[in-house]
Amino acid sequence: MLAKSEVLAVRQASVSLSGRCILKDIDFALNAGELCGLIGANGSGKTTLLRTILGFVTPASGSVTIEGGGRAPVGYVPQKFVLDPYMPMRARDLIGLGLDGNRFGAPLPSRRRRRKVDEILEAVEAAPFADQRIGSLSGGEQQRVLIAHALIRRPRLLLLDEPLANLDLRSVAGIVALLHRVSREFQTTVLLSAHDMNPLLSVMDRIVYLAHGRAATGNTDAVVRTEVLSRLYGYHIDVVRVHGRILVVAAEGEYDAAAIERDPVHVTQVP
Amino acid sequence: MAALLSLAVEPGFFTSEPVRTAVVIGGAAAIVSGVVGVFTVIRGQSFAGHALADVSSAGGAAALLLGINPLGGFLLMSVLVATSMELVRVDRASERDLVTGIVTGAGLGLAALLLYLDVTTSSTTGAAVTVMFGSMFAISASIVPLAVTVGIGALLAIGVLYRPLLLCSVDPDLAAVQGVPVRLIGLLYLIVVALAVALSAVTVGAILSTALLIGPAAIALRVANRPGVAILLAAAIGVVATWGGILLAYDSYEWSGGHGWPVSFCIVALIFVAYAVVAETGLGRQRLEPLAAGNATQAG
Amino acid sequence: MFDDFMVNTWIAATLVAGVAGVVGFFVVIRGASFAAHALPLSAFPGAAAANLLGIDPLVGLLAFSGLGVAGISRLGRRGRRDVATALSLVMLLGLGALFLSWTTEYFQAVYALLFGETLGVGAHDLGPVAALSAVSIALIVALFRPLILSSVSPELAETMGVSARWVEVLFLSVVAIATAMALPVVGALLVFSLMVGPASAARTLTDRPLAAMLLSAAIAIVTVWASIMLSFASDWPVGFFVGALSALAYVMGRTWAWVEIHGRSQIPTAKVAGRGATSSVSRGPP
Repeated sequence: MLAKSEVLAVRQASVSLSGRCILKDIDFALNAGELCGLIGANGSGKTTLLRTILGFVTPASGSVTIEGGGRAPVGYVPQKFVLDPYMPMRARDLIGLGLDGNRFGAPLPSRRRRRKVDEILEAVEAAPFADQRIGSLSGGEQQRVLIAHALIRRPRLLLLDEPLANLDLRSVAGIVALLHRVSREFQTTVLLSAHDMNPLLSVMDRIVYLAHGRAATGNTDAVVRTEVLSRLYGYHIDVVRVHGRILVVAAEGEYDAAAIERDPVHVTQVP
Repeated sequence: MAALLSLAVEPGFFTSEPVRTAVVIGGAAAIVSGVVGVFTVIRGQSFAGHALADVSSAGGAAALLLGINPLGGFLLMSVLVATSMELVRVDRASERDLVTGIVTGAGLGLAALLLYLDVTTSSTTGAAVTVMFGSMFAISASIVPLAVTVGIGALLAIGVLYRPLLLCSVDPDLAAVQGVPVRLIGLLYLIVVALAVALSAVTVGAILSTALLIGPAAIALRVANRPGVAILLAAAIGVVATWGGILLAYDSYEWSGGHGWPVSFCIVALIFVAYAVVAETGLGRQRLEPLAAGNATQAG
Repeated sequence: MFDDFMVNTWIAATLVAGVAGVVGFFVVIRGASFAAHALPLSAFPGAAAANLLGIDPLVGLLAFSGLGVAGISRLGRRGRRDVATALSLVMLLGLGALFLSWTTEYFQAVYALLFGETLGVGAHDLGPVAALSAVSIALIVALFRPLILSSVSPELAETMGVSARWVEVLFLSVVAIATAMALPVVGALLVFSLMVGPASAARTLTDRPLAAMLLSAAIAIVTVWASIMLSFASDWPVGFFVGALSALAYVMGRTWAWVEIHGRSQIPTAKVAGRGATSSVSRGPP
């Protein structure tokens, strides 16, 4: 069940795929307008968690609750986007489909529809390339278009799967700033996955740190600490802060699954 | 102007009855194939589109010999095959092609059996060849009304499925998030392809069916930026190629002393050359390259 | 069934199936199903052309499947692969229609070329079949490692100096040769089934590529033997059994793979649900 200000609540969710346990006892909740980073190495289960929240995957135990129930739209920017250069679609066409792509028939050209598309194009600063073919856009530009597509119905929750991967430094900064603005101005809860938390340090309200299928959740300062991550990983981890950046360094060690079973990690802190 | 026209067009072209039927039916097949074909190429289902033509034409020949309404045999066979293709769960395009091929092989084997079970072998081979290579100048009038109906039906179906189909074709996840039943849309779409292909195979032959489905759409997709434009362009290119091919075939009767080139060859040649030219010269290619600036990737 | 005159058929069928299985293994792992289906069909008009010119049909088959390879490679580099395959295919078939319009005596042979005719194998045919088999196998053996590597990861292959483009052209050429060889026996429409049905079963039964390749050849040979025997017993065309048994092999392969994944796990597996399906996910009130 959701507390009053909560938009998303994941309660003790465990997920298995093809017989393998991917996630165990994931537990966290997000309020409106919060920006949360889902951090973990490749293969740590970030995509699986996002897909579970979306309802594409059913947890073996636990629950996922989203404000608004099944009716409310959830925005989603997937990781692998079709870069087909032959797709005959301009940026504004794709964004328009975000509005009514699930309705039958062809969209009737209406001023209202065009205005909504133009509005969101302005909001994500994609207006300069609105009429270009999506396959010809750069990585950063495509991300903006996908974000616009996800946001045009003003969802309460926006999920992004590795939006910063394969982007150059300038585009990363731009997208992070955009997502921060979206969370504040639209009061949309933003949950994005990444394997490097550093670009997000200045904008993250919350962190969900995944390792070996388990999560440490809470405030960044409370979670990204040597003691917490070492317990999560099952062997000694050093968290080093240098010039405002965080490095997570693993010392030699064996993963101790039994220790985690006895003493599961769960950190929350009231901000 | 009249002199130029008479140079290109041999006498009797505009008054010939078979030519008129061919122009109408061929044009209709080109339009339906072009519209449906745009989505086929976008979704990477060219193999399925071709395979359906193969199977349905073989099935049609079998139906003919079994005394079943041949058009019914065509349509039924292709819808059955399309359904089995979509029912098998696949996650990669290459696996989907594999399933397409396997189902096609089984279907063709079945067709071989049905063709064999009829006693007269000479009519078997004749029917198989006619059905596969087709002849637009020999379309029986009885097929025309049903052909037009199914053709219009296919266009209407595409119109209805337009938005969800487009969204599914761009990215199935984006569609699923908006509540679009992705697998159902895929199945319905492939059935529409099956009907369109079966129909054009019956009227213009299996070879032309594939050529009209894939060729004009592929050319249009290299040039058009918007889905609506791509669809209109594909239909237009298909019609131009078809009518041009009919003209060429008709004229060739004169050049080659009454023998003539088959219409299917003429149309396919036009489409092939057009695509090859567009591909080789990179027409519209500047739209296909991603912008160089801002595309450098950062490690990690 | 085992009379003298059938011996040629058995030998030819075994050679054809063995090569088809080996080549088919790579077709499956490289996802080249459309090309493997298109090349036999493209080759088929070559026999008509050869007939017109009065030369050995096998030469025509090889020439036309070679043209198919050229079309797919060349056009495929400038655009989508599957579009290039489809258009090359229909162009060559269109040429076939042209040739057929110049000669009517060919009609009788069309059925045999499309669906196969095992009784059509004479002793003099065995020589070319054996030779082509040897060439195909030799090429596969020579290309084995680059083929495997570029099938798994083209980028990795490039860094090791393997030109993915050349491997692709050579591979398609091997498919073309195997095609020309198999076509008279099994028919243009079913060469493909013999290539991929057994291979798709073999890949799920073992993890090692070499073993899978050999297993694929073995299953293909068994398929062809069974098809010939069943065809002899029922008088039904061989192509029907090849198509049906190949489909059966594919289904068995997929079933085995599914059993392996789901049968062995202890942990209750999650259902992968579409949106809107009933599940333990609860949605809060607005």
